[in-house]
Amino acid sequence: MQLHYLTAHQLHDMLVSKKISAEEITRSVFDRIEQVEEKIRAYVTLTKEQAVSCARLVDKARMEGEALPPLAGIPVAVKDNMCTKGVRTTCASKILYNYIPPYNATVMEHLNEARAVMVGKTNMDEFAMGSSCENSALFTTCNPWDTNRVPGGSSGGSAAAVAAGEAILALGSDTGGSIRQPASFCGVVGMKPTYGAVSRYGLVAYASSLDQIGPFARDVTDCALLLNVICGHDPLDSTSAPYDVPDYTSFLTGDIKGVKIGVPREYMGEGIDPAVREVIKKAIDIFTGLGAVLEETTLPHTEYALPAYYLIAPAEASSNLARYDGVRYGYRAEDAGDLVDMFVKTRSEGFGPEVKRRIMLGTYALSAGYYDAYYNKALKVRTLIKADFDRAFEQFDLLLGPTAPVTAFKRGEKVNDPLQMYMVDICTLAVNLAGIPAISIPAGMVDNLPVGLQLMGRPFGEGDILRAAYAFEQNTDHHRKLPE
Amino acid sequence: MAQYEAVIGLEVHVELKTNTKIFCHSSTEFGADPNHHVCPVCLGLPGVLPVVNKKVVEYAIKAGLALNCQIASFSKFDRKNYYYPDLPKNYQISQYDLPIAEHGHLEINVNGTDKRIGITRVHMEEDAGKLVHQGTISTTPYSLVDYNRTGVPLIEIVSEPDMTSADEAVAYLEKLKAIIQYTGVSDCKMQEGSLRCDANISVRPVGQTELGTKAELKNMNSFKALHKAISYEIERQMEVLEDGEKVVQETRTWDEARGVTLSMRSKEEAHDYRYFPDPDLAPLVIAREWVDEIKASLPELPDERRKRLVSAYGLPEYDAAVLTTTRELADYYEQCVELFNNPKLVSNWIMGDLARMMNASGQEIGDVRISPAQLAKMLQLLDKGTISGKIAKTVFEEMFNTGKDPGQVVEEKGLVQISDAGLIDKVVEEVIAANPKSVEDYRAGKEKAIGFLVGQVMKSTKGKANPGMVNKLLKEKLDK
Repeated sequence: MQLHYLTAHQLHDMLVSKKISAEEITRSVFDRIEQVEEKIRAYVTLTKEQAVSCARLVDKARMEGEALPPLAGIPVAVKDNMCTKGVRTTCASKILYNYIPPYNATVMEHLNEARAVMVGKTNMDEFAMGSSCENSALFTTCNPWDTNRVPGGSSGGSAAAVAAGEAILALGSDTGGSIRQPASFCGVVGMKPTYGAVSRYGLVAYASSLDQIGPFARDVTDCALLLNVICGHDPLDSTSAPYDVPDYTSFLTGDIKGVKIGVPREYMGEGIDPAVREVIKKAIDIFTGLGAVLEETTLPHTEYALPAYYLIAPAEASSNLARYDGVRYGYRAEDAGDLVDMFVKTRSEGFGPEVKRRIMLGTYALSAGYYDAYYNKALKVRTLIKADFDRAFEQFDLLLGPTAPVTAFKRGEKVNDPLQMYMVDICTLAVNLAGIPAISIPAGMVDNLPVGLQLMGRPFGEGDILRAAYAFEQNTDHHRKLPE
Repeated sequence: MAQYEAVIGLEVHVELKTNTKIFCHSSTEFGADPNHHVCPVCLGLPGVLPVVNKKVVEYAIKAGLALNCQIASFSKFDRKNYYYPDLPKNYQISQYDLPIAEHGHLEINVNGTDKRIGITRVHMEEDAGKLVHQGTISTTPYSLVDYNRTGVPLIEIVSEPDMTSADEAVAYLEKLKAIIQYTGVSDCKMQEGSLRCDANISVRPVGQTELGTKAELKNMNSFKALHKAISYEIERQMEVLEDGEKVVQETRTWDEARGVTLSMRSKEEAHDYRYFPDPDLAPLVIAREWVDEIKASLPELPDERRKRLVSAYGLPEYDAAVLTTTRELADYYEQCVELFNNPKLVSNWIMGDLARMMNASGQEIGDVRISPAQLAKMLQLLDKGTISGKIAKTVFEEMFNTGKDPGQVVEEKGLVQISDAGLIDKVVEEVIAANPKSVEDYRAGKEKAIGFLVGQVMKSTKGKANPGMVNKLLKEKLDK
């Protein structure tokens, strides 16, 4: 039976009704991996043995009459920047290629409690810096819809794994759009939760004030189920919010009558591929048809999101990545003359060009004499962007727009032009600066490539977003399309 | 030669006495095997996050209050970025523009003059680890890192440049140490590095208002070293100015063995620490009620206690100042006085014999084996005449070395004072008979000769004869 293209909730029903076993699910996914991984290259590390024994434990529990939680036995792929005890965690960087963490990230503990099955660790842009997965120091992942194209980034491996049937669900991290944009390119559901909703403990930091772990899934229901598992306060993370996590599936009613949705004109104008815009316009019609009230609005500081992001994120990254110096773990350059030489050579050889570029940008932005002109000013812009959203959410329950200005581009197309590459995240960056939640769901196709629709909500308004996304999904079949 | 004056400010690092580190649950115990007290968080492994230890904030507030500081209602942690192998994250979590406490002061007394020294700020930070070199740092073939100390909580106390001499700097540090020790937030052991001091020193011609170029002095780990290093550095800078040259802004280290300060790095090599707010730690909002609660928990501090010792026990100022240098010593004194109500006599013994033996053996009051109750008992024996003053010194020494009760020492060594008139009388007779020359001298008017005869009696009774009775009996017999 072809189980790898089913959803987690479908598989759970079959598991509970004893039509299948967890081991069969896991083996089906690994069979699929054997079949397509050579072309897709989504995984850095596969953990088959561990996965099978984990699945067997689920089957044993079921035999013994235990009630199975919704994600028990469900194969999940994990981005390779989340620490997995005993399983190497590389961040797709040469500098961590041999690093095996002695502890689990909090999300991994949650997945284990939920009895989900980890398939492996997925490829990404090095240290989550990039928008195409081409910055991986290991290899490039391909888009399952067209292997000449990128899967998006930086969580491209996770998005591609779900799209290609190499996992049922996946975890990614989103610092400036790194879940939503690859979800858009790969035609799957991807969500960035509110900053503080999911613990960052064990997520190898890129930019601490922006990073957030979130789910990839094939439909909105699965997204809600995975969100249920990973959300919640963590005493190990000071920035994690103390709040009561609702059952996110309870929002999946199909009813969005009277919901007020704003469409910021900044997300529909220049820079957006007209074909992408057409798909979003059609989506707007569907929402209107479902009884939602849509209206144009404005987020006037949107154009400053990109420059603000490219000061704040690199500034934090320059500090967060200082620990990779060859002293304690990871790569160490050989033949260094003295201590400083060892630091310099290790970092010069260990980091890829994009990581170095951002470390230098960040170091410069934080330097004495430039701090106020750059970093501090960027923080002020961040405040203005947040205020834009606050104002908009006084009037609207949700905001809507495209996830990315384009569909998946060809490999190598933008890799030599960093600025052009940065523009791909133009629709997603502001959400991270504001700390609000947002989802990308499949909304249609252009030239046989998926287009993502982005829904943004109030802080901790994940439920509202899921409600609208689910209603859209129930009335379309974009999420059922599969790559060949 | 022109007249110069020195301007000195101190930066003091104090290790807080919490059980666990500032951002994780690892132990802060001193002296464990290398890398024994470490976890992913204090090792700064990829993905870890700091969570602030509430006790650290409480202790920092307590120290700030004891130093008369204003406590911030809003404070935050910043990152101080620099590369060093003993710093796991290559940044130190510290506080930059919004420290926990500011604008405090303390009083010192130098040569009978009172002076107020300003405290600029008190801030919290994590300690770094320790590099172990084989031989010296420049010749070692490799270095090992011990991360036990990384993440141990520190407060840094920065003074205003209000001191003008080595004496003042030492007095400031002594007072600071006493105050912090009284609060109980640190044990302030300089030899274990839980109190460390750097000094900023500049010199200018008397009458000049702007400050001279300063040097930062590091690596002084005792009061003696601090005094010597500052004195040396003031002298050095004066000579530089006198030679018509300029003092270079730099960091200097104190070379204890050679008794000189040496250049470590100049301003050109100074770090740009690229401070910015640590995005992993939420800002601290300090509730007024909490500060009030901590304030209410502050013990009596050295200055108040000194004044109380003078007024309650009638002690001289000098005694009170010495006895209050540490909370333990003052506690020891007061416990003793409670059991033996002769405040000045107790003070004399503590400042005299006890202090002398502590110094000789390098002990602190906490290490002393004589309990306050035992000292009180000994003083009672002395008071009752059971032992003489001279025997008391012997008994005390034995108590100090063995921790035995005074009664036991007296009994074991047979040191009870002989006040039996018959017994003494017999010895006196013997001494008179054996020393006719001295008897003759005395009777011929040489008053001093009696001293020799008393000595002979004491010698033959092994010092146990009651000296008053010996004197009296001798005189009676010789004057017959």
